[in-house]
Amino acid sequence: MIRLEGVHKAFGSNRVLRGVDLEIAKGTSMVIIGGSGTGKSVLLKSVLGLVRHDSGTITLDGQDVTTAERDAFLARFGMLFQGGALFDSLPVWQNVAFRLLRGSLKRPKAEAREIAIEKLRRVGLKPDVADLYPAELSGGMQKRVGLARAIAAEPEIIFFDEPTTGLDPIMSGVINALIREIVTEMGATAMTITHDMTSVRAIADNVAMLHGGVIQWAGPVAQMDASGDPHLDQFIHGRAEGPIEAVR
Amino acid sequence: MNPVLAPLAAIGRSTLALLAAIGSVAIYAAQTLSHLFRPPYYPREFLTALMTIGYFSLPVVGLTALFTGGALALQIYSGGARFNAEAVVPQIVAIGMVRELGPVLVGLMIAARVTSSVAAEIATMKVTEQIDALVTLSTHPMKYLTLPRVMAGLLVVPVLVGVGDVIGIMGGYLVGTERLGFNAATYLTNTVDFLEARDVASSLAKGAAFGFIATLMGCYYGMRSDRGAQGVGAATKSSVVAAAVMILAANYLLTELFF
Ligand SMILES: Nc1ncnc2c1ncn2[C@@H]1O[C@H](COP(=O)(O)OP(=O)(O)OP(=O)(O)O)[C@@H](O)[C@H]1O
Ligand SMILES: [Mg+2]
Repeated sequence: MIRLEGVHKAFGSNRVLRGVDLEIAKGTSMVIIGGSGTGKSVLLKSVLGLVRHDSGTITLDGQDVTTAERDAFLARFGMLFQGGALFDSLPVWQNVAFRLLRGSLKRPKAEAREIAIEKLRRVGLKPDVADLYPAELSGGMQKRVGLARAIAAEPEIIFFDEPTTGLDPIMSGVINALIREIVTEMGATAMTITHDMTSVRAIADNVAMLHGGVIQWAGPVAQMDASGDPHLDQFIHGRAEGPIEAVR
Repeated sequence: MNPVLAPLAAIGRSTLALLAAIGSVAIYAAQTLSHLFRPPYYPREFLTALMTIGYFSLPVVGLTALFTGGALALQIYSGGARFNAEAVVPQIVAIGMVRELGPVLVGLMIAARVTSSVAAEIATMKVTEQIDALVTLSTHPMKYLTLPRVMAGLLVVPVLVGVGDVIGIMGGYLVGTERLGFNAATYLTNTVDFLEARDVASSLAKGAAFGFIATLMGCYYGMRSDRGAQGVGAATKSSVVAAAVMILAANYLLTELFF
């Protein structure tokens, strides 16, 4: 269980998070939606401790994330970064198997490679990309390699920052199904950021909308359409008119 | 502000900024070294760094030393002629290369070649979130990126300096024997007899210090890079400038210390 209480984060005068309260139960899939630049990526990074929040508490299973033993804490997580963040000095398979080649999860090279190729297959990539370098892949392929890397060590908790952005509709479908499968079959806890409403419906158990630095609405995905919240309605239907001002 | 005090305030500000920078570099250096005693270690990264910093720097080090040794021989010969001291060419070339020019030139070449590439690489990793990704993959960036490079610099740059010293002396020897009419055997005996163990030791110690400074500054500025391509450019520039200045300052201090 991940719990955020009154989380604040500002960059200089830019107050991004202004008291975020959110709960993600173990083994469920939470999808975060919200306008561009509202702080969704910052929120994920705060949970991981990549960004230090200014005030409020973030706990994982009751333990404060800022005081948790770092190695043990991070070993439970996998993260897909919005930009992929692949290591461009390493070939694709070593990116995917990064965790399996060093540290406590270290295993023989051949075995790590096999796992990497299997994970690549699950994100719709053929074995022959394994020996290419990230710079030789298209944007969507890089994203999927990042996804394969996030799930490679089969972590308990996985964060996906815009997993389907830049993918074609069919591939998006494959990835949505994969994320759903990881949650239902492997019992993982997932937190996904997406702008794609099809993905939201395919992936989410619960949905939370971040707006103005706070959680504007949160609830089960089934109640999303009947929420009665004008902000959420505007977002779901992609309307230019509504309470959320679109700067033009 | 008062026009008389304004320049003073500016001096004060930049002095404080300089002190703060020195402090944070020192802290960074101490943190880096503390990982020397805390596993895990990344030997592959270390070996790669040895190759890129050491082996691939050999050509540039060799060429720099060769030409400098040759030029030094010419200068000493013509300068020495003014007080009938042409005969000391082998000794002065040896002293000049080993004590001073070898380490300094190699250090500056390493700052140009290694510091810049380390800073640009790490800064790019920083702005593309690769450093964050490392952290989420339970890998400490300092252990994985900084320590291997700094240790490689510390260990391999003295070797480069040694090579540079020898090649520089060879440059002087070639010019001395081919152009200035020195007897080959006498030139070599004069060189070898004249050099003391302390000269060589100071040369290698300087190499170690400069290697440490060059790689540390590359990592330090890379890790602190701002976002975007501009951030990478600024980090690279600052790292090379800082490394070069610190190498020259350290050279003075070490010379005081040794002689
Ligand atoms: N390291 C940083 N330094 C300064 N400001 C930052 C930093 N990271 C994020 N911000 C600011 O925080 C705000 C939220 O950024 P964030 O990346 O979380 O947006 P987002 O909701 O993920 O948007 P998008 O949907 O476009 O990815 C932005 O205004 C951004 O400028
Ligand atoms: Mg984002």
